[in-house]
Amino acid sequence: MNILVCVSNVPDTTTKVKFSGTQLETEGVQWIVNPWDELAITRALELKESGAGVDKITIATVGLVGTETTIRKGLAMGADDAFRVDADPTDAFFTATQLAEVIKAGSYDLIMTGFESADYNGISVGGMLSEILGYPSVGAVSAVNIVDGKLQIDREIDGGKEVLSVQTPVVASVQKGIAIDPRIPAMRGIMMARRKPLTVMPAVEVEVYTEVVEIELPEAKSAVKMFDAEDIQGLVNALKNEANVI
Amino acid sequence: MNFEFTEEQEMIRQAARDYARRELTQDVMERDEKAIFPTKHVKALGELGFLGMMTDPKWGGSGMDTVSYVLALTELAKVDASVAVIMSVNNSLVNYGIETYGNDFQREKYLRPLADGTAIGAFLLSEPEAGSDATKQRTTAEDKGDYYLLNGTKNWITNANSASTYLVMAQTDPTRGHRGINAFIVEKDSPGITLGPHEDKMGMRSSDTHSVMFMDVKVPKENRIGEDGFGFKFAMNLLNGGRIGIASQATGIAWGAMDLALKYSRERKAFGTEIFNHQSVAFKLADMAVKVENAHNLCLKAAWLRDQKKRANKAAAMAKRYAADIAMEVTTEAVQIHGGYGYVREYHVERLMREAKLTQIYEGTSEIQKIVISREMVKGL
Repeated sequence: MNILVCVSNVPDTTTKVKFSGTQLETEGVQWIVNPWDELAITRALELKESGAGVDKITIATVGLVGTETTIRKGLAMGADDAFRVDADPTDAFFTATQLAEVIKAGSYDLIMTGFESADYNGISVGGMLSEILGYPSVGAVSAVNIVDGKLQIDREIDGGKEVLSVQTPVVASVQKGIAIDPRIPAMRGIMMARRKPLTVMPAVEVEVYTEVVEIELPEAKSAVKMFDAEDIQGLVNALKNEANVI
Repeated sequence: MNFEFTEEQEMIRQAARDYARRELTQDVMERDEKAIFPTKHVKALGELGFLGMMTDPKWGGSGMDTVSYVLALTELAKVDASVAVIMSVNNSLVNYGIETYGNDFQREKYLRPLADGTAIGAFLLSEPEAGSDATKQRTTAEDKGDYYLLNGTKNWITNANSASTYLVMAQTDPTRGHRGINAFIVEKDSPGITLGPHEDKMGMRSSDTHSVMFMDVKVPKENRIGEDGFGFKFAMNLLNGGRIGIASQATGIAWGAMDLALKYSRERKAFGTEIFNHQSVAFKLADMAVKVENAHNLCLKAAWLRDQKKRANKAAAMAKRYAADIAMEVTTEAVQIHGGYGYVREYHVERLMREAKLTQIYEGTSEIQKIVISREMVKGL
């Protein structure tokens, strides 16, 4: 079984987000593997190491040359090879179309995408990808297992979970539960990362369907308001009249 | 000049940081309080390749440069100096010693498990009456033809209980003074070796420190390192490198304390505002930042010299002297910024202050570093 993990290159989750117009200001930003994608790579590695029948783990990303550091982190973790589509992604459809080209050029049984990316939270690439490829897709995936050579996927449902046995190839959008902690790359993996194949592919033409008109940042959280331990009435009044929660 | 790290160096730093923040923080306080050896962390760090970082992959190591080693040690020490010293002793003293001065038989048998993280080592030089003056070795290694017979006591031995391989310095020919000293690889479970009780230390309480007694311990001839009489030079050469490890550890301790103090200063309010807004606190933090930056740069310079195969004795001694002394200053100020909270265990900074003190003492006191530095100055090096 071959696994392909789609990886987004996103700003570190502690980044102080600033925009200039509709463009993120990238000065001083540290770029990381999207946390959900990192967990997807981790689960793929666990499956491979468990001897369940995973032959190869491939990483694919859409991004300019600067994203190769992020890709090599995935290779250092233990993925076997990688593809980078050389383009600055504009929206989810653009990204999904490019990733579909990578997938069509290879042979993969399980395609994992993070449930959402930590930057624009589109929650769209997985679904679009399966539609473009004509593959089945499963969202909100919290576990991936291989049972008797067949893929078994747990999907979160309201108040419980659904266990699915699925045909391959399949696209799984993975979320919490897929792996506990992201794999920390070992020294040897870090040293080998540069020697693993990283193929750069040109982007295909994609019709532009969306355009960002404006970016509005959430309002800054207001400071914590402290009350004296004796002042119960003051606290109740504030919860009632200011926070409007009771 | 280039102050940028390579992608691999950055990745190693991040790996160490992730491990420290995610794993070491979980039990660092309990291990300090109860003096528990970090067995599971040593195993995990071994699997990640941190215990044989600079050893050639041919011998099971990771083959990293010294700059990467400095970055990794600093990150671990920000959270847990005990784990950092275990790693430092294994890498800069034991592995480096066997790899550089041992022969292939010794490398295959002893270095490989140390470098691939399945075993750890200890370095046995100090004695009850031979600390800074290491020439006065009373432990003897009598030449018995096809083996040496070891007798004597070693003190303050890091990893003494958890190590399986010892590097032991002992006097073979007292008439030749320090030129009669030899270095041996000794298996810890050899008959005749006994350990003193676990030392109840002020800090670094999660690393195990004991005295080690040798009573008629037979050591095969093939376990002597280098030519007859090479032991003292061997030990000094190792300590010249070991200093970079301890300097990085000290830098990490200071850095960890500074980070905690900065965070606290922006949470704690006094006189109507966060204490960071009081100049007396902000200036302390600024001074801490300058000291930490200087210490880190000295460590990196010494590491770079070593990676270039250039003489690093003075740079390493400067790094150790400076980093250890500022670790004490920075951690003391970090406790001061925390006020009463800094003096209780929950806030970590008092532990860092206790840990900092040891960096001024072991692997050459701050005073010994000044001797090394001034002698190098006289030599024009």
